[in-house]
Amino acid sequence: MEPTTASETSWLARLRTALACFGRILSNPEFSRRAAALLQPAPVTPPPARVTPPVATPAPAPVPPPPPERVHASALLLLSLLQREGRLVDFLQEDMGAYSDADIGGAARVVHAGCRKVLAECLTLEPALPEAEGATVHVPAGFDAQRIRLTGNVAGQPPFRGTLKHHGWVATSVRLPAVATALDPRVVAAAEVEL
Amino acid sequence: MAQYSIGIDLGTTNCALSYFPLTAAAGRGAAQSTLAIPQLTAVGAVAERPLLPSFLYLPNEREFPAGSLGVPWDPPRADRIVGEFARAHGSKVPTRLVASAKSWLGHTGVDRSGAILPWQAPPDVARVSPLAAAAHYLAHLREAWDHQFPGEPLAGQEIVLTVPASFDAAARELTLQAARQAGLPAATLLEEPQAAFYAWLERMGEGFRKQVQPGDLVLVVDVGGGTTDFSLIAVTDQEGTLALTRVAVGDHILLGGDNMDLALAHQVNQRLTAAGRKLDAWQFNALTYACRQAKENLFAQPHLEKQSLSIPGRGSSLVGGTIPAELTREELSRVLTEGFFPRVAVTEVPQTARRTGLAQMALPYAQDAGVTRHLAAFLTRQARALAGAPDAPVPVAGRAFVHPTAVLFNGGAFKAAVLQERVLAVLNDWLAADGGAPARELAGADLDLAVARGAAYYGWARHGHGLRIRGGTARAYYVGVETAMPAVPGIDPPLNALCVAPFGMEEGTRADVPPQEFGLVVGEPTRFRFFASSVRRDDRPGDLLEDAAAHPDLEEVAPIETALADVGGDAGRLVPVQLQAVVTELGTLELRCLERGGPGQWQLELNVRMKE
Repeated sequence: MEPTTASETSWLARLRTALACFGRILSNPEFSRRAAALLQPAPVTPPPARVTPPVATPAPAPVPPPPPERVHASALLLLSLLQREGRLVDFLQEDMGAYSDADIGGAARVVHAGCRKVLAECLTLEPALPEAEGATVHVPAGFDAQRIRLTGNVAGQPPFRGTLKHHGWVATSVRLPAVATALDPRVVAAAEVEL
Repeated sequence: MAQYSIGIDLGTTNCALSYFPLTAAAGRGAAQSTLAIPQLTAVGAVAERPLLPSFLYLPNEREFPAGSLGVPWDPPRADRIVGEFARAHGSKVPTRLVASAKSWLGHTGVDRSGAILPWQAPPDVARVSPLAAAAHYLAHLREAWDHQFPGEPLAGQEIVLTVPASFDAAARELTLQAARQAGLPAATLLEEPQAAFYAWLERMGEGFRKQVQPGDLVLVVDVGGGTTDFSLIAVTDQEGTLALTRVAVGDHILLGGDNMDLALAHQVNQRLTAAGRKLDAWQFNALTYACRQAKENLFAQPHLEKQSLSIPGRGSSLVGGTIPAELTREELSRVLTEGFFPRVAVTEVPQTARRTGLAQMALPYAQDAGVTRHLAAFLTRQARALAGAPDAPVPVAGRAFVHPTAVLFNGGAFKAAVLQERVLAVLNDWLAADGGAPARELAGADLDLAVARGAAYYGWARHGHGLRIRGGTARAYYVGVETAMPAVPGIDPPLNALCVAPFGMEEGTRADVPPQEFGLVVGEPTRFRFFASSVRRDDRPGDLLEDAAAHPDLEEVAPIETALADVGGDAGRLVPVQLQAVVTELGTLELRCLERGGPGQWQLELNVRMKE
């Protein structure tokens, strides 16, 4: 638990926390177990006795592992998939300055083939507009401003006519693999040690 | 009450499950349901795939974080990995990976129910038997199904399990044992090339009658990941209705698409080695995978002269560690088309050094990679076998080999249309030289999933819905009987072979061996050597072949044995018995000893532990 500040414990903030907990208790068995533990009466800790510090320092208590980064788990998962199949993180973290275009091109094949496979497995991607790029398209009055971005001479009220410069992409379905809750999603790629 | 007909393709490299409601009024046509199989695809990640790679990984207990090897129906699982992640991780830790369990299941040289796999595992690995490995794959399918259809457990459905047509009686029995171990007690067996043909029938619907007519002889060429399987299916007219008969099956050939990708990888690797670049095992694996991709690209785009490959290094430096290579069209056609599908004469026979060792220490891979040579041998051998048959279902008189009129391709290797064309071209060359009409291709097969789909369709067709392929057993079976001769030290008396089950026994029928008495001793184990032949079509039960060793068309399979329980307390009594062969409804062969003039009946068990 992170330390709370006074403003976070306002009634509204507590309501938000309560609602968030309600949802997660229903959807996440592990979270539910931990919440149940919190409801138990806190163990009575005896007041610290005044003792002289021991001569020998005790072994430091093992540092508890940090709680797994859950909020961004699916983003980290997608990154780990792109790394596993297409070495994307390796590629982006590498300094390109020292290499020739041919070398980079060779590596790009690995990245392209692998990442493409991940995209095909995890997402269904379709153009936001079905027309071919370069075609004249009709933008109706009630168009979806999320799916269509207007550029150039934007004036007056829709409907508009314009030229399709980029057809856009929309993920019509997402199929991420299920991941064990015991795992820390921050590990995008494990170190490999050959024995 | 079963709701579904389930087809399970228990493949050498991939498994698939297809299902079909038994109440359906017609075939599914092109839209067919295949189970999406959840499986571990990385540490802690489960995703659905249409295929389950037939790989089993036996992890070290500290190798992966706790709770990361679970599957949806068994989250705490930690002792095994089945499927995609097993294959991917196993390529880096080969000594803990069980692969090709099905080939081991068909291998008579080893103890197939003994814990022998992985073959080169370190001592801390709890090895499993080929039987148990197959059972793990089937159990995974059962659990995946039960997870998705909780109200209709798989064990209660009608299950059809496919086996290579070339599997002998022992391997078939083992496959059913694996199903029982996996909690599927009532599976029926179907030969894979037949399943592929059923899938084609279903896909064509009634239109198939336009494509095949009485008089046609369909050759099914099935090149899977690890095995090559041939079957001949005759189309005949029986009293006005179309009938399909499986006429012959080929030998068990351990040669498949995986060998082809490997051959390409070796070819490219030779060039890399010559240039001073040495690949480690992991990189070689990546190269094999890249070669498969390049092969598919080159076959799909005939104008490309070569395809660049990139073999990434294992370190985090991707650009610096990647080794560039290329696969040229010349190499592709030399290694693959010419290497695996050479233009040969139909008289050529595969080069085999017949192995004579008792316990083979590895899988008996085909020594000749020429699929077309194996095909030539199959067609010529079957022509000779059919020539002697008085009721040969196909005309062979005056022909050097059996003339198929149509070819159905199956197996992922044939995704390359070039290879289908090559097989057809070679076959048509043979036909032209022998005065036959060219064979045509039966198009429209789904090369990866046809076997599972066809099996599900067969389960449905068995309820009187559609055409069934007849044919019965593809082999005749013989027991070894010692000849009476004066004992000579150091010389075994020659062994005669007594036919107990003729070629072509249908499911649910039995054959009695005419009076040819054996004496069994009560309370003592009795053991017969057991032989099979895929070409001796005319031997009847009771026929005796002198000196089995002198008949090259007899192949020894696992010995059979029985221990006559001492029921009446008369241990040591000699009981005169007669032999009876039964082909069960499930498609397995059973041999029984019946007491002459008495009630005694004993089943002979196929001993699959070791060929001796």
